[in-house]
Amino acid sequence: MELDFGPAVRDFRDELRDWLAEHLVGEFAEHKGVGGPTDGAAWEVRLAWDRELSAGNWLGVGWPKEYGGRGLGLVEEIVFEYEYARANAPYRATCGALDLLGPMLLAMGSEEQKKRFLPPILAVEELWGQGFSEPGAGSDLASVRTRAELDGEEWVIDGQKVWMSFGDHADWLYVLARTDPDSQRHKGLTMLLVPTDQPGVDIRPIRNLAGQDEFAEVFLSGARTSADLVVGEVGGGWRTAMTTLGIERGTTLLPLQLGYEREADALIELARERGALDDPMLRRRILDAWISVRIMRTTNMRTVAELIAGRTPGAQATTAKLYASTRHQQLGHLAMELAGPAGQIVGEDYGLDTRQRSFLLSLAETIYGGSSEIQRNIIGEQVLGLPKDPRP
Amino acid sequence: MDLTFSEEQDELRKVVRAFLARHSDEAAVRRLAADPHGLDTVVWRRMATELGLQGLAIPEEYGGSGFGYVDLGIVFEEAGRALLCAPYFATVALAAEALLRCDDERARADLLPGITSGATVATLALTEENGRWDETGIGLTAGDDNRLTGVKTYVPDGHLADLFLVAARTASGISLFAVEADAPGLTRTLLPTLDQTRKQARVEFRDTPARLLGTEGTAWPALRRTLATASVLLAAEQVGGAAAALDTAVSYARIRVQYGRPIGSFQGVKHKCADMLTEIESARSAAYGGLWALDAGDETQTAIAAALAQAFCSEAFTKVAGDSIQVHGGIGFTWEHPAHLYLKRAKSSEVLLGTPAYHRELLAARLGI
Ligand SMILES: Cc1cc2nc3c(=O)[nH]c(=O)nc-3n(C[C@H](O)[C@H](O)[C@H](O)COP(=O)(O)OP(=O)(O)OC[C@H]3O[C@@H](n4cnc5c(N)ncnc54)[C@H](O)[C@@H]3O)c2cc1C
Repeated sequence: MELDFGPAVRDFRDELRDWLAEHLVGEFAEHKGVGGPTDGAAWEVRLAWDRELSAGNWLGVGWPKEYGGRGLGLVEEIVFEYEYARANAPYRATCGALDLLGPMLLAMGSEEQKKRFLPPILAVEELWGQGFSEPGAGSDLASVRTRAELDGEEWVIDGQKVWMSFGDHADWLYVLARTDPDSQRHKGLTMLLVPTDQPGVDIRPIRNLAGQDEFAEVFLSGARTSADLVVGEVGGGWRTAMTTLGIERGTTLLPLQLGYEREADALIELARERGALDDPMLRRRILDAWISVRIMRTTNMRTVAELIAGRTPGAQATTAKLYASTRHQQLGHLAMELAGPAGQIVGEDYGLDTRQRSFLLSLAETIYGGSSEIQRNIIGEQVLGLPKDPRP
Repeated sequence: MDLTFSEEQDELRKVVRAFLARHSDEAAVRRLAADPHGLDTVVWRRMATELGLQGLAIPEEYGGSGFGYVDLGIVFEEAGRALLCAPYFATVALAAEALLRCDDERARADLLPGITSGATVATLALTEENGRWDETGIGLTAGDDNRLTGVKTYVPDGHLADLFLVAARTASGISLFAVEADAPGLTRTLLPTLDQTRKQARVEFRDTPARLLGTEGTAWPALRRTLATASVLLAAEQVGGAAAALDTAVSYARIRVQYGRPIGSFQGVKHKCADMLTEIESARSAAYGGLWALDAGDETQTAIAAALAQAFCSEAFTKVAGDSIQVHGGIGFTWEHPAHLYLKRAKSSEVLLGTPAYHRELLAARLGI
């Protein structure tokens, strides 16, 4: 099954294919398939690869030209993601800013903010961290306690953020903070852009279960940012945050899931080597793994086709994350089982191979971007119209 | 190939849904399920003459409308949602497809117009006592003079079919025959089925004269393609059935109060419903993937997508239908509640064209696993 968008897009696709064939070589080619939204492996190489992409003007394909993008449409963006995934290029180190902050600014930022912040994202000059979660506010994001107060021309911010992906690389943070001290829940929150290069910001890496420093906690004590670096309205931060989460739960999963197909193929290869295809129980699970990655792809295609046709995507756009994250974990378990005892041995300094890393990191997919339980609430309430969970 | 529905297709869905809401409501389903004949011939005729449903994907030269499989899939999805009690699957997904795929232009010209006009109820008689859907399962024989002897069973709607497409073994291999229901030596018996909404029959042939379709001994590839197509259409039907089972569960979870709250506000119930929807949307992708492959006309991709669709959608429908009973609690376990009708349809559909395990093996073979 292939997407075909006609001759104009085919030219774009061919140009991209050629460019990737020419540039995805040497060290970059050695790092094919490396990384993911929670995987900091080969960071420096991937950053260099992002700069290579930037030099080729391939970042921000759908962003307006005035901010450094290509000014093309949704179709080209989607084609880019598919071709990129097909080439198995390294997962973009700057994905956070490209996939979340950028679209958030494009949707809700002021003209000055777009001019100031978008070009450096595309030039891979400034890296960003997402400061939503707190020790006391994860799934229940409306209980954010980090405070920000206006002091003349600046916001002064105090609080703690946690689980920030690639936080220790961030030059800037976008922080959801409470700007009205008397406010409750989702009222009185504001989205602030905060530079990390200042004494009030203390970023400490947190080691994840794979042994990597991939996320971080951030202590904000008297951190300062300019009064005009509010995205959306003062007090309207909830709406801004939800816009971002809508983006996170939607398109960013698309290329990732195409990578799972590769894992499924590798799994079948491994099973063949091990003679496991003759075991009826394993065989069944292997086929189910193949079936689920194929279903993920078709589900993506449905959503993409609807987006391109200008239709509101159906329920599958909401169920896709729950399905994909759950099935990907099963695939990881199966791969580890097929690897057998040898799969339990790691390299020096807890060095993990692709399979081990992919398995361990898949455990995050049912947590970040809204846990599976929260996804089920969203599906139940927003898609099926069931009564809401009790809320304070 | 278009991967999203057009406005015309949305309209088709609306029209079919409205028609079935009127003519295949719960009362009609129960009436026909309980009736040994089980077909409202007036509705059947109107399906053909007013909506053109029997001939929707049959080329215009045979009296059909020449639409694609995505369009036909929409009708099957809606038929599944309404638990339509009519030989629609047997006639359209099995018999018409077998005719379209066999290499016999004369037979197509002779037999398809009756199907599109609603005059002919047809079915495919393939399975025998062994219940197998593969080539080696076929034991019924045809002699040199094209006379059939043997037994076919589990024949969908075989009790009321006017026309049988019969897979039989000849000296040179598997061949396809057409037999009218009133042919000499043909006897049929309605089988009492767990799922009363789709009936089955045992058909016995004793030296029954038959019309050979196409070249003798070469029918299996065409039959295999027919079964792949039917697998996809059945998957679409299963998706519709599952969606209806979820709909009733959700409506109930909204209004049924326990512990002073609607049960749908409890996560144990809400999350079950969310999982049901996730299963259905995934099944939908499996079925639509098959429909796209059919319209694209790629045989290998169709075979893969069809096996995948049956392996997945069969289990999804059964799971969702069972969960729907669970959400309904005690009332869902009664004869009076429709939940069991869906469970039984799910169970019968699961084996109608071969079990999920069988389809996984077909898939494995196609993938070279
Ligand atoms: C790898 C990774 C990267 C991340 N990156 C970032 C980032 O860059 N920026 C950022 O801000 N955050 C990030 N997060 C944080 C992530 O968004 C939160 O971890 C997630 O929202 C869950 O919050 P929590 O960890 O506080 O768990 P909790 O909310 O405490 O949840 C614990 C358990 O309780 C369940 N639960 C909670 N509430 C309910 C409920 N109402 N109903 C049913 N079950 C419930 C959850 O599903 C979960 O199983 C990241 C997380 C991970 C794992």
